Formats: sequence, structure tokens, C-alpha cells
Amino acid sequence: MTPMKPPQRTRTICAAGLAALAGIVCLPFAAEAHRQWMLPSATVLSGSDPWVTVDAAISNDLFYFEHFPMRLKGIGTPPPSAMRGGGKGPSRRAGLAPPELVITAPDGTRAEAENGAVGRYRTTFDVHLTKPGTYKMAVVNESLFASWKEGSETRRWRGTPEKLATEVPANAEGLKITQSQRRLELFVTAGKPTTDVLKPTGKGLELVPVTHPNDLVAGEAAKFRFTLDGQPAANMAVEIIPGGIRYRDKLNEVKAKTDADGILAFTLPTPGMYWLEAEVRDEKSTVKGATRRASYITTLEAQAP
Amino acid sequence: MRVKLAIGLSSLIATPAIASDVNLKIEIPRLNVAEYHRPYVAVWLEKPDNTVAANLAVWYDVKNKNNEGTKWLKDLRQWWRRSGRSLETPIDGLTGATRAPGTHALGFAGDKAPLAALPPGEYQLVVEAAREVGGRELLRIPLQWPPKAAETVTARGSHELGAISVEIKP
Repeated sequence: MTPMKPPQRTRTICAAGLAALAGIVCLPFAAEAHRQWMLPSATVLSGSDPWVTVDAAISNDLFYFEHFPMRLKGIGTPPPSAMRGGGKGPSRRAGLAPPELVITAPDGTRAEAENGAVGRYRTTFDVHLTKPGTYKMAVVNESLFASWKEGSETRRWRGTPEKLATEVPANAEGLKITQSQRRLELFVTAGKPTTDVLKPTGKGLELVPVTHPNDLVAGEAAKFRFTLDGQPAANMAVEIIPGGIRYRDKLNEVKAKTDADGILAFTLPTPGMYWLEAEVRDEKSTVKGATRRASYITTLEAQAP
Repeated sequence: MRVKLAIGLSSLIATPAIASDVNLKIEIPRLNVAEYHRPYVAVWLEKPDNTVAANLAVWYDVKNKNNEGTKWLKDLRQWWRRSGRSLETPIDGLTGATRAPGTHALGFAGDKAPLAALPPGEYQLVVEAAREVGGRELLRIPLQWPPKAAETVTARGSHELGAISVEIKP
């Protein structure tokens, strides 16, 4: 009996050490490597009193909640186990408030998420579609990343533009600053699709419908237009990955490029949910010395024909 | 005189279109399943470009309180996309209650809506059925309007629809 104890203790120490290490070094940045997504219970709805439930998570495989819930301002309270670093130790995200979920009703008014909750792996909320037409759920997040060398060690930092000056040495060796502008959107439609919520704001990377995002059918040619700061996002690579990754060996992603007018022509091959991601890097950062990374993410449903 | 006659003749030729009739028979199969609900069914006429020329019938759970049966209308997914989502249900003379297994007859007079307003051309008669906790099936039957001769065209579904027949009379 007694010989069993020491290895157990060793394992515990090891695990705690790993968690602490992960909490400090890896995890605060891991979110950038994983996929962020929102998955609705439906995108096409009929009836007099439609609701949708949305899962929001950060994971590797689509659409499985298996890593972290997506933190959204005002929605639920995450359990300590869903906090990066297990809620223990210093977190470099501490100074960053979770981004806000903005739900826009078809008539342009603001709608609120209801019944929000955060579990270990996912955030969930409901949206009551009280008006006919297309709703938009948007999470627009701007953050700054920096990395630099201190001797042989690479230091990493994430924070707000205000804290950049005090927390990051301006003349550090190999200093790289990236301003990330991420727009994560989701569209759902009660009744006939409308386009009022799809009017671009002119900031960052945005999707403008040619084909309505809630009117996609497997096997039918579709088109979206992408804009960057309101101008055509030309020659931009876009990746569209079908869900259900766990049960196949290949990603089977649809790869396409926008043309000179920012038009993306694509066909979703089979019915189901898809995750679209596009990213542009340029020097148009609002922070001095930083490069910009503008990204756009949405979930699309291809209806069965 | 001659001119007058020609006019009279052409109007005579056009007349049969107005008098044409369409008689439909739609069979809803009896299914041996653990949980059975009568299917939602939509019947419409489609133009060659897949747009809807005329809705003929929509059967759904009209008696459900607060019109809650409309929640599942989107399961008639072709009809919903092509036309249903642009309509306000219930619609007089179009929507009705779901039907029991068996063969149901529907008649449309050529001189009444919606056929009276139908421009001459090629059409597909589409029948779509979707069943709660069950499957969905869609059948298309080509037809010419106005008909040149009396004709009966049939189709048969494999799981949610049985025999469908369209009888057209000039």
C-alpha cells in the first residue's frame, strides 16, 4: 500500500507544475491557435415564436466543445476550471475584459442574449427572434500582442494599447507588435432573409452578401464580397471547413480566393455546418510600430437541396 | 370580314386555356413506424428557373394553439426557400390541416385562381412532404400549360409519398 503513494504524489506535483507552466506561458496565447466559433441550433427558422440557442467555444475540432468556453461579457460566470490556468496563478489575460456580444435585430435595434451560461467547455445563450428577418450576432475584438527577446528567452505580452507603453520595453530586442482586429459573426433568419444587419461598418474585415449567408444550399454556387476598412479585400485567401472533423481523416476544406473586387465565389459541397475564416495582414495598424492582423470568422449552414 | 374572323378564331383558340382543369391525386402512405405524425405537404407549380409560379396547397398543423404548427413549415425546405418564407400563413384557399394516410383529391379550375393567371409555358408540379420525426420527400412532375390534349401523368414516391397523379384537361 505505502509504496503506491510516492508515485501518486509525484504525478500530482507534475500535473500542477504543468498547469502552472501552461497558465503562464502557453495558454494565454493558445486561443490564437485554436478555432473560435459560434454554432446556432438553426439558421433558417419559421413559426410565430422562434428562438435559437447558440454554443460558443474555442476548440481544435469543429464543432466540438472540447477545450475552452468562449468568454463573452455579461454572459454567465465561468467555473474556475474554465479559467485559463485553472483559475490559479497569474494570468496575463487578467487585464483583458471578455469581448462583448452584440446582437442586432433585422430592424437595426439591439437584441439581448438570454439564459446565458458558461460551462467547462462551452458558453451557451439563447436569442429570441421577435422580429422577422435576419439577425446578426457579432463579437468584435481588438487586442495587442507583443513579443521580444530577453537574452535567449522570448517574452510574450498581450494587452491594451494603453498598457503597451508601460508593460513592453519600447527598445526591446526583436520587438514585434501585432494589432489583432477580429470579427466573429453569426447570422440566423426568421422567415425571409433580409440584409440590413449585413451593411458593413467600414472597419476591419467584413462580409457583404451577394448570396445571403442564410440562403446557402449544398452544391449551389454562392458569392460573398469581403471588404477591408470598407474597400474590396482583393486576392485574399479564405478557408471554409466543414464541421464533423472528428469523424474523418482530412479537413476537406474549401479553399478559395477573393478576386480584385473582393468577391469570393464558392460552392459548399455537402449539407451541414461550415466554419469560414479569412485573415489579412498589413501595416494599417492604429498603434505605432505595430502590424495589423484583421480576421473574419463566421459559421455557415448549407441546406440540403 | 376576314380580319374579324381571324380575331374571332384566335380568341377561340385561346379560350380552352381558361377552361382547362387540373385534378391531382396525392397518396400519403401508411407507414409502420413507432411514432407517426401526419406529414406536412406543399404542392406548387414551378417555372423552369425553379421560381414558384403558383402555390396550390399547403397542409400543416393549423389547429395547434397560437399557430405553433408554423414552427415546422421550414422542414418543407424547398417550398420554404422558394416561397413559404415570403408568405404569411394561414392563407385562405391554400393552407389546410394535415391529411391522414390515403389518397386525397384536389381540383383546380382553369378559370379560377391560381390557374387563370398562369402564363402559357413549361411547368413542374412539385409535391414536397416532411414528417415530424420522420423523413422528407419531393417529387416533380412536368406539365405543359395550357395542355394540348387531355393527359394524366403519374409519379411515385419511395418513402414519404405514395402515388401522385396529375390529370389535365384542355
